[in-house]
Formats: sequence, C-alpha cells, structure tokens
Amino acid sequence: MATNILMPALSPTMEEGKLARWLVKEGDTVKSGDILAEIETDKATMEFEAVDEGRIGKILVPEGSEGVKVNAPIAVLLGDDEKPGDVDISAAMKNIGEAVKAEVPKKAEASAKTEQAGKVETPKAETTPTASKVPSAPSHDGDRIFASPLARRIAAQKGVDLAALSGTGPRGRIVKSDVESAKPGAKPAAAAPKGEAAGAGMAVAPLPDARLFYKAGEYEEIPHDSMRKAIAKRLTSAKALIPHYYLTIDCNLTALMTTRAALNEAAGKNAAYKLSVNDFVVKASAMALMKHPDVNASWTDTAILRHKHADVGIAVAIPSGLITPIVFAAETKGLAAISNEVKELAVKAKDKKLKPSEYEGGGFSVSNLGMFGIKSFTSIINPPQSCIIAVGAGEERAIVVNGKVEIATMMTITMSCDHRVVDGATGAKFLQTLKRFIEEPASMLL
Amino acid sequence: MSDNSFDVIVVGGGPGGYVCAIRAAQLGLKTAVVERDRLGGICLNWGCIPTKALLRSSEIWHLMHRLNEFGFSADNFKFDIKKIVERSRKVSEQLSNGVGFLMKKHKITVIAGEAKLAGKGKLSVAKDGKAAEYTAKNIVLATGARARTLPGLEPDGKLIWTYREAMVPPSFPKSLLVVGSGAIGIEFASFYRTLGAEVTVVEVLDHVLPVEDEEISAFAAKAFAKQGMKLKVGTTVTELKRGADNVTATLKAKDGKTETVTVDRVILAMGIVGNVENIGLEQAGIKVDRTHVVAGKYGETGVDGVWAIGDLVGGPWLAHKAMHEGVIVAEKIAGVKGVHPLNVSNVPGCTYCWPQVASVGLTEAKAKETGKKIKIGRFPFIGNGKAIALGEAEGLVKTVFDAETGELLGAHMVGTEVTELIQGYVIAKTGELTDQELAHTIFPHPTLSEMLHEAVLDADKKALHI
Repeated sequence: MATNILMPALSPTMEEGKLARWLVKEGDTVKSGDILAEIETDKATMEFEAVDEGRIGKILVPEGSEGVKVNAPIAVLLGDDEKPGDVDISAAMKNIGEAVKAEVPKKAEASAKTEQAGKVETPKAETTPTASKVPSAPSHDGDRIFASPLARRIAAQKGVDLAALSGTGPRGRIVKSDVESAKPGAKPAAAAPKGEAAGAGMAVAPLPDARLFYKAGEYEEIPHDSMRKAIAKRLTSAKALIPHYYLTIDCNLTALMTTRAALNEAAGKNAAYKLSVNDFVVKASAMALMKHPDVNASWTDTAILRHKHADVGIAVAIPSGLITPIVFAAETKGLAAISNEVKELAVKAKDKKLKPSEYEGGGFSVSNLGMFGIKSFTSIINPPQSCIIAVGAGEERAIVVNGKVEIATMMTITMSCDHRVVDGATGAKFLQTLKRFIEEPASMLL
Repeated sequence: MSDNSFDVIVVGGGPGGYVCAIRAAQLGLKTAVVERDRLGGICLNWGCIPTKALLRSSEIWHLMHRLNEFGFSADNFKFDIKKIVERSRKVSEQLSNGVGFLMKKHKITVIAGEAKLAGKGKLSVAKDGKAAEYTAKNIVLATGARARTLPGLEPDGKLIWTYREAMVPPSFPKSLLVVGSGAIGIEFASFYRTLGAEVTVVEVLDHVLPVEDEEISAFAAKAFAKQGMKLKVGTTVTELKRGADNVTATLKAKDGKTETVTVDRVILAMGIVGNVENIGLEQAGIKVDRTHVVAGKYGETGVDGVWAIGDLVGGPWLAHKAMHEGVIVAEKIAGVKGVHPLNVSNVPGCTYCWPQVASVGLTEAKAKETGKKIKIGRFPFIGNGKAIALGEAEGLVKTVFDAETGELLGAHMVGTEVTELIQGYVIAKTGELTDQELAHTIFPHPTLSEMLHEAVLDADKKALHI
C-alpha cells in the first residue's frame, strides 16, 4: 500500500525545514536505513533515512524547497506491486501545497506587522468635524498601548504621547483621567529599543532614577549633551539586542616591533609617517577581514550583509565621549596611509569636525586601550558592525617556547562577536589569521 | 478562629451587604452577615423587587385594556389587589430565600440580630434581649436607609403610608396623594393610576423626576398627564388632616396659593435617610453628615477596620451602586490589586413607571454647566420598527456628548423597556467609548436598541431613520 513519506522533525523544536537535496529519485527502490534526502534546519543539515522499504512513487516536494512543515508529505512510497499511476497523489499534493504556501502569507503578515508598528496608537482618521486632526503617531515602537478610545482622542488633541503614560484603569489601561493629568508633549520615559527586543515582547523595567539614592547637594549634576545621549542610547541598544560573546587571543609582537622600528627609522626625521602598533593592528584586521568575509558582515532581519571592503572603525576617545571614525577600504591602503588617516580622523574627532559619512557604517572596529596599560578588556559591538576587537597593551611577558620560559612582547586581543552573524569557530578562525598577520607582518604582503 | 471570630462581618444583609459578603467569601475570607430582619434588605423585600412585581401586574392590566388593538376581545375583566400583592410577596420571598441559599453556598455565617460597634474589631449583636460578642478584622456597615419623614408629614401606617404600606395595601384606594416625584413616588403613582386610582403627585421642585434630564422629565410628565395623573410641581404639602377613612391635604403652590384635596390615602416619598442610629458610630468616632456616613472612595470610614457602603453612605441611593461598593470594599479588604473606586457618573438610574425612564451621566443642563461644548442626539420611538410592532411608539432616547472629545457625558431615555436598554450606554461610558465607536457599533435589527445607535448618530446629524 502506498504511504506518504513525511517531513521529519530532526529536533524537538523543529517546526519546518528546507528540503536541501533529494538523494533518491522517482522509481528508486529504497530499503530501511537508506538516506533519502538532506534536510536543513536552522541549526544543521541532517540526513533523512528511510524507515520502510519500497519504491519512490512520487517526489512531492522538490529539492531546495524552504519552509516545509514538519509532517507534511514530501514523497510517496509505493508497495511492492504498485505502479506510480495507481496512486492518487492529489490529496497529498494539496497538503504539501498548503504546507509550503503557508510560509508565504506568514512572511507577508510579518512584514505587514512591521509596517503597522508605530501606527498602532494612531486613532482612526475620521471625517467627523470633532476629530479635528490625526495626531502624529507617538514614538513608541510597535507594542500595543492599552488606552480607552476617549483617552486616545484626548491625548491626540492635547498632544500627549500615550507611550509616556502609565494607565490607572483596569489592567493598566490608560483612561481619560490619566491623559487629563498628563502634560502635553510628554515623551516616553524609557522608549523601548527598536528591533527584536520589542518583538520578543519582553518588558524591561526601567531603572530607578539615581537621584533617589543620594542626598541633594551631595553631587553635582552634569546634564547630558547630545553625544552622551547618543552613547547611552546606542550602546544600551547594542548590548541589549546583540547577542555578544567574546574570544581572546595573545599575539607575540616581537617581529612587529622590529618591523615597526625599522620602518619608522627608514622614514627618518620629519617623516611622512610614524607607525604605531595600532596602525599594524588596523592593517592586519583589514587583511584578515578580506580573508574572512563572513566576519566583515552586518545583520539584518532578513539577510546578512557581507561587505566587499574592509571599512575599519577606530575608537577614538575625546573629552566629551568617544567616536569611531572609519578608515574606509583599509585593505587597499598601506601602513603609512592608514597611519596618517587615523591621525587625521583623530584630530577631526577631537575638534568635533567629523562628518557622519566619516563615522557611520563600517564593517569592523578596533578599540585600543593599550596606551593606558590595560592588559585586556571587552568592547561593546558598534552596530551595524558585527565584531570589534579590544586591543590591550604590548608588554613583556614570560612565555613558554618549546618547553622553555622566554621573554616576549605580548599583546592580548579580545574580539566581541555578534553571534547572529559570526559563530564561534568563524570568529576563532578570523582571530587565527589576525594573529598571524600581527605576529608576522611580512605575511600581509603575501 | 473561634465561631465568633471572622475576617469580615457585614452589618446588614441588603444588596450592598450580601454582595460584599459573597465577594469577601470568594476571596477566601471568613465572612458573616448580620441581619435584623430578612436577607435581601429593603430592595428585595420592600423595594426594587416587589414593586417590579406590582408594576408587572399593572402593565398587564394596561395591556388588557388594549386587547382589541392586538386582535383579542374579552370583557368583564377584573383585578384582585390581594392576589396582586400576594404575588409580589411571593416574588420577594423567593428571592430572599435565594439570598439565604447564596450565603450557604459561600459558607457565609448569617447572624440574626441588631449589630453595634463595640470597640476595635468588636461587634455586639442583640437578639431577643440577649447580646453576643463577635470579633472581626473588618466590619462593613451596610445598614441602608429608610423613608424620610418631615414634621407634620409623618406616616401613620393606615391612612398615610410610606413605601412599606403602599406595597401591601389591604384594599385598593380610590384616590391617592403621592408626596414626592422621585423614583419611588412615581412608581407607586404609576402603579395605582394604571389600576384606576385617582392619583395626584406633589413635587416641590419644578419638574417631576427631578434628577432626570428636563426634556425626558417633561416627556414623561406629558405621558403621565395623558393617563390622567394630576401633577403639581413647585408645590408643597403644608398639612395632612386625617379623617375617618380619608386625608385632607393642604397644598401650597410657589405663588403662595393654597388648595386642599381630600384623598383616601397618602404616600410619602420624600427621599430617604440613612440608618445611622444605634450602631455605635459616635463612640467609634465615625463621621456622619446629614444622616449618612462620610466614607472615602473605597468605603473607608476613617476608623481602622470599619468600612461603610450603600445607602448608609453618599448617593446615588441605588441597590446596584451599593452592590458595586460591596465588591470594592471586599476586594480592598482582601488586598486585591487595582481596585477602582466607583465612578458616580457611570451609575445608571432606572424608574419603572409607565413609560419607563432610565439615564446615566450628566443631564443636558448639567453638561452645559461644565462649560464644555456639547452636542445632543435625539431619537424618538416612533422611528423604531420594533417599538411600533410592540405598540409602544411613545418614547425618546437622548444623548449628550462632549463635542470636542466625543465623550458620552450622559444618556437619557423614556419609553418601553428603556431600563433594559440603558446598560448599552453604561458600558460605553465605563469603557470610555466615544461617539465614533458607538457609531461603528452594529446594533441588531429589529430591536429597541437600534434607537441607542440612532441617538448617537443624531448628535452628528447622521441619524438614518428620522
């Protein structure tokens, strides 16, 4: 009797998968244990074995199909005496059609949802004379605000942002009296960060105002400037939304120090350049990124963007904060060019003369606190980038070489990685390459 | 805990009290109710419920006079006031027993007797000359109210009645004077008039049903007058002189003119006073203002562990308001989070005269006083298919909106079954729906409720069937 071969669940959480490849074709005889197909899930590609024996009567799901639901029929297995023509596959076809199609509207719905986000609290535009204006949509992102229709209307008329209010009605619903006691133009105290966290629906309790813990007069209040606000907002979002993990590696700088000394000496006095260790690190990073394009990448909800150039950001501390200007296409630039460009950018940064085009974007960042004697540290990823290296001080350490203790100039690098983009092994391989470029600067010439 | 010790003791088994007890028991509190008479209080035994039973009889009587209109014929039909009263008493009894069953179901101890506060957390209950002591972490006072009397206008229970006697007339009076045209007065006036008594209603204020919207009140007054009721507004009763089997009343109009009327019986319905006596309020230090306990928005009396609800506290003096307060207090006691105080402007009022009157929120006049820009919607019963089919095409639905925000400030109705319709607007008000949501609501056809919709639409001149 003909039986349907169903899409297997390869893990307890698997709901759907990609039918990556068929290893059998229609008419093939299979026995229990034969590999029928390769199924790709969000976690792995796995082989799918036959449980029964028989002949493949019909393949229902062509290879390469994505989003095939678990338990959807993917092929028909015929009994011994059955011919392909005997089998009424229309029912099974119908099922699978639905299983695959189901994916499409779901996605469409998801994107429609995204578009809707932020418009949710906009009351319906009505043509009645009383509803004078459609209010500007409050800046809250996506989460539904529970408010009575009357509260919404009054909020719109008063210019009160509902997201800034906490409701006193049933289950925290914002009611008329909440809006009436609110000041116009009230802004959300702690706007929910954009992106996935909002989608996850996790409410993060805001931290209490620090002033509550100290007596007035016991501290000086320094109001935030725009850079402080930007740092706070950006880094909070980055740390909250990007799944960080860290890889640490030690580099032996002995060869680099020699090369650097030689190159700087060759430049002579009034030199056109003076190379720092960091310039080598930037150059080495750029070279390593070209070898590992999967690290030189950015996350988006629908795809990973692999960058074609190594645009390396350099974290620059300035009196009011920090900024990360970018050496664009660093892989095309020599050490001297990089060195001079970094110096130029640092001056501009301190003078606050950087243009957005000089610090926005980038594919990777370098943060160096070695000049302060910091041995190692971890950095927060600088979105939209996926990785940042935290470079410690070059210092003489005792290392073990061939069973003997030796003295060498060592430097520790810790890379923060966005796990959505760069998996552990990928990051590790990149660091291996980076280490080699740093330890043997000449290899960058290869 | 001993048998005399409770988490909550509610004093008074009326609608506020017994509901409070049920909610407290639901929340896991060991609860008792003290009742000196019958469970269900005035509402169930001598108020809302038995009068509805009486009014049902008068409604049927009215319809019997219209049999021809509906295609029936009969003659020589009569009513027997004894049987009408008997039915009304049975209805009360059934419901009072029902409350007893509810107490049992929720394991609420019912203590018979009169309770008095006896120190912190203590209550003494007297019954047949004996007193028992009870202790409770929380005591909820729900002793209710009774008819107000004025000097010279005192009931005697024979010729001069309060609602209590009016509900159980031993014989049917041929003529009646009703003093006061609030809900109680008008309901009795309507009942007796419909059954054929000559009824005169005296109202000190300028219009009957004085708390209602003037337009609605005028509409109702016209209907009452058409039924042959005599309405004397802006008039006071200065004297009631009792005869052998009648009373002669002296009425004084605003302009000073006096007249006398002689009637079989007088019903006094001049409002109510709270039952604040003999419950130990003064000793406990609980404030009383004009016969009502001064309570906070959650029923707090200012004395720890003592709460007050219902007719004993501020108005409106309605059973459903008392019940809601009972729930609020029980939840406060149990520590339920997010308990909201009662919003007086969302408490509906219903009068079961014929035609019925129902309302919620601000009258047009009161809305104007707020200084807000308002808009009014109206829809007459004559434009409603169901009303015409019922043969009840007399009535009006009126809405009052804030023109700026679309807030439903008030709704007022007169006509058949409006007491069953008002809840639509009450939900809208409580949920803070605006004119837009109401306009977008689909009302079933054909129903009287369509008029609720039309009266909303009319506020924007969008009514469809007029």
